[in-house]
Amino acid sequence: MTKANPKPNMSAFSRRQLLRVGGAAVLTTPFVSRAWAATTEINMLAWYGHGEPDVVAEYEAANNVKFVPKYYAGGDNMLALIAQSPPGTYDIILSDAEFVQQLNLAGYIDPLDAADYPLDDMLHEDFTQFPGHWSDGKLYSMMLRGGHLGVSYNKNAVSEEEAQSYACFWKPELEGKVGHFDWHLPNLGMMSLYNGNGASLWDIDDAKWSAVQETTLGLRKQVGGFFDYGGTFNGLKNGEMQAMCGIGDWITGVLEKDGAPVASVIPKEGGIQFTESYSIGKGSEKVAEVTKFIKYMLSPEGQVKSAQMAAYPGFCVTKAGRAALIEADPTEAARSHQMNGDPQDPITLIKEGRIHYRDIPQQQGLEDWNDFWSEYKNA
Amino acid sequence: MFSKLSRKLNLFALTWRLPIIIWQFVFFVGPVLFMVAMSFFLVKNYRMTEAFEFVNWSKMMNRGYFWDSYWYTVFIAAVSTVCAMCIAFPAAFALAFRASDSTRRWAIFLLIIPFFTSYLVRTFSWFVILSESGVVNAMLGSIGLGPFTMLNTNFGTLVGYMTLTLPLVVILQTVTMANIDKTLVEAARNLGCSAFRTIWQVIIPLSKTGLIIAAIFCFILSFGDFVAPFYLGGSQEPTLPILILDTTKSGQQWPRAAVVAIMMMLTLFAIAFIGIALAYRKPKGAK
Repeated sequence: MTKANPKPNMSAFSRRQLLRVGGAAVLTTPFVSRAWAATTEINMLAWYGHGEPDVVAEYEAANNVKFVPKYYAGGDNMLALIAQSPPGTYDIILSDAEFVQQLNLAGYIDPLDAADYPLDDMLHEDFTQFPGHWSDGKLYSMMLRGGHLGVSYNKNAVSEEEAQSYACFWKPELEGKVGHFDWHLPNLGMMSLYNGNGASLWDIDDAKWSAVQETTLGLRKQVGGFFDYGGTFNGLKNGEMQAMCGIGDWITGVLEKDGAPVASVIPKEGGIQFTESYSIGKGSEKVAEVTKFIKYMLSPEGQVKSAQMAAYPGFCVTKAGRAALIEADPTEAARSHQMNGDPQDPITLIKEGRIHYRDIPQQQGLEDWNDFWSEYKNA
Repeated sequence: MFSKLSRKLNLFALTWRLPIIIWQFVFFVGPVLFMVAMSFFLVKNYRMTEAFEFVNWSKMMNRGYFWDSYWYTVFIAAVSTVCAMCIAFPAAFALAFRASDSTRRWAIFLLIIPFFTSYLVRTFSWFVILSESGVVNAMLGSIGLGPFTMLNTNFGTLVGYMTLTLPLVVILQTVTMANIDKTLVEAARNLGCSAFRTIWQVIIPLSKTGLIIAAIFCFILSFGDFVAPFYLGGSQEPTLPILILDTTKSGQQWPRAAVVAIMMMLTLFAIAFIGIALAYRKPKGAK
């Protein structure tokens, strides 16, 4: 008679066998874990905030991808980062619209398939054929969001009526209280608008350029400082600066949500639009993943994420995106005037011709504008 | 045999000196030579290309804003040096001559502690103190004064410079004065020298070398600092470090930024050489 269910003889498992099994387990663990996870890393080059969890975490979890963002500040900086990196370093590039053409000319981006994106659902016809985004009938960049730059002010120091003109920057009570976002392009663009250059604000001859310089120099005594993003934020928040030139709701919106008495309006002389668009980096091996992500960001859900981005707000560019924002976050939709019938609705402002897309100087070099900006800071 | 020993000693000395020589070449001489070469490069399509052109030098040297920034930076760094030296001296004097050894050691330890934290964080903390709704203005407001604008001014910049340099200047002055032969100070007092004259004619000449070294350090740190003039001075009048940032930010003009950096280095070399010459110059009549 044999014993039923005999106990396994543990002593028969020799030390050598134990080491062999243990060693095999240790050596194969990384492969097992890799096969289990298989997370795809997507290298993103963007302005700060676009690769942060509030925007991409849900998408990452749902699609088993991980964004590795590299942030830049300014189009020049972005172009330099790409120029100094091997092809294929960045899978997805978020660019200001005025730099898309340069990205394309330098061969840094690949064309997109227009059929992948909701071009028939854009809030404005300009967004469908956005300047510089198309070349030889091919789409190279897909517009994601935008924002308007105008007069940003502290409501306790400047009234809404006064803010309806850039002239408010010269208000005597604001001496030493007007700040500049330290980038020549939006500031000098606003001065060009104030000089009445309207739609041709970037395309001015030498006489008009001299006049813009004179107007700008006339503002110098009012200026209390030149700030980066953090400094602009602090200056407005602690009341050191009571009006800011060169920014818009992308900064005051964040403060406003935090309860600060600040706002931005588009004055009667007009405002400037910054436009952010996604492109696929040339040489990327993750075209399918990146395309899927861009499609997601253009979907109603993605548009809501973009409009609510914690770093800085931007307006939706698709009709379905706006509708989803109004439904999901009516407070933010109302605050950012993304409501049909609101006189400050960004789309209405564009239709009224009060908004001009940010561009680079046409008759002068960027260097000329930058040189003047340095002179102005020293004046 | 003697020459063999001397060669051995030289090899021994060289072995010990080698790391510092290598360090100097890898982290100073090499980068400086590269920076000089870079100042002749060109930027095409946002990419630096090797060239030997003087265009960057002529461009920067002929720009009024460069010289405005240059002289402003020299001026504000000089003011910072004078302020730091004057503010530090009474504290260093007290620590060197009045405090016990133990108190002095503790004081030096406490002066080193600020260096444990980030200078940027210390600078940002001034926002809370100096802003119009900050601590200082709240205190002044309680006695009916103010509010005064302190941020985004030269005063703000100087506060930042003091944050950076003052502890170091106090330490250097203290160590220098603590090493003065106290009997000379006592002799001066016993011979009827007033306190002020003792400081002026005995203590300062005896600690001249250390004081000048402290001043040189203060000037160098202030001259090259970006944080204080940018965050507390509001870039109102851009210093040379801010100009470097501006130059690289727009158009990626690293070669032109290199020109500014070389001019800064040449200025600091000149100041350091003059300072050291003054520090070690023997008084007239001394052998």
